[in-house]
Amino acid sequence: MNWRWDMFFEALPYVLQGIGVTIGLTFACYLFALIVGFGWTFLRRIPNKTINWIITWIMEFIRSTPPLVQLFFIFFAWPMVPYVGVTLSPFASAVLGLGIHFSTYIGEVYRSGIEGVEKGQWEASRALNFSTTQKWTKIILPQAIPPTIPMLGNYLIIMFKEVPLAATIGVVGILHMAESFGSVNFRYLEAYTIVALIFLALSYPSAILINKLERKMNRRFDKKAALNSMNESKGAVS
Amino acid sequence: MRGIEITITVLILSAIFGYLFAFIAGLCRLSTNPILRGFTSFYVEIFRGTSLIVQLFWLYYAIPMLFGIDLGSNLLAGVLAISLNYGAYMSEIVRGSILAVSKGQSEAATALNMSRFQRMRLVIFPQAVRMMLPEFGNYLIQMLKATSLVSLIGMHDILYHGNILRSSDLSAAPTVYLLILVFYFIMALPLIFLTRKGEAISKKGVASQ
Repeated sequence: MNWRWDMFFEALPYVLQGIGVTIGLTFACYLFALIVGFGWTFLRRIPNKTINWIITWIMEFIRSTPPLVQLFFIFFAWPMVPYVGVTLSPFASAVLGLGIHFSTYIGEVYRSGIEGVEKGQWEASRALNFSTTQKWTKIILPQAIPPTIPMLGNYLIIMFKEVPLAATIGVVGILHMAESFGSVNFRYLEAYTIVALIFLALSYPSAILINKLERKMNRRFDKKAALNSMNESKGAVS
Repeated sequence: MRGIEITITVLILSAIFGYLFAFIAGLCRLSTNPILRGFTSFYVEIFRGTSLIVQLFWLYYAIPMLFGIDLGSNLLAGVLAISLNYGAYMSEIVRGSILAVSKGQSEAATALNMSRFQRMRLVIFPQAVRMMLPEFGNYLIQMLKATSLVSLIGMHDILYHGNILRSSDLSAAPTVYLLILVFYFIMALPLIFLTRKGEAISKKGVASQ
């Protein structure tokens, strides 16, 4: 064992410099994925079998290939593509790459939320002569969004853990900082341990938080619970 | 594209060890022994709480320094990182599925005078495994994606060869990376179908409640 505390404390402030970039990148990717996810959900709802099939397989392709390779593609290969190629900064490539990768997952989450709305609700909105906009904004979305919130939160944590991939294309997050500290001092042990500890310190509490949120949501949207409370209130009236 | 066999080797080894870790950890978390349970929860939370790439670097760079032991090869480090990470995730599935087998089943087994071990092996486990199948398939695809990371610790997998090709001819980058993506997709296809089959099997013959 040759753990050195002096190295640990020397590496700590150095590695922490990268934390702003790591967290910023996480939220940027997340926001991007949330928006693009909407696009996927919308495209999947086009009532045309061929288009639907194509979109499904494109999503499947993005989902089943490694995000690392997608990052490399966007960062190294995109500038070389004729006509449409532009050189992107590492940060922008990471947002684009990870954002698109996770948007396919998030699109599925939205879809499950929308499909979770009962059929009767759709029929009711039609029976009440609601316009399409009214139907979506007043009936479907208010019911579809809340149950997806815990799932979306989970994806935020998952993305946070994927963000260090961006270090490979030169985004100076905590992992990149640890690498450069290690290569300068030939001490990888302490630097990488710090990175692991930071991830644990940030993702574990948020995981617990989301678990709590999920339980709360389940309670709120549990149909039995709703029914019971309704019966109770009826009982109170009579 | 000579790296494919490395990618597949890593995938198969990580899958075997990953499932092994998953079953061991999943069963240990259900054990009545508090030390065993505490230890496995610790393992699961650590590996679920940090990111795979950090674990990979930690195992590859830090472990040899910390204990003075050489893990031997980057293959071992890569396989260990991937299987420990996904083992932790999948152990939760193992635990959840075993808990999801209805209580009447284990009570019936007790009523039939089965031992604890028989009860688990003959009654609970076969039903639980069925529930695990679709999720296990999903994680297999995840593991395939994760194998691309081993190129970062110097293993000569597809991505590594792709990077070398790119550095020798910069303008070939789009074709090279597109090819790699397609290769991964082709490898994932059978796994996708396998997962769907797993879903069908797990649904078959189960009364919907």
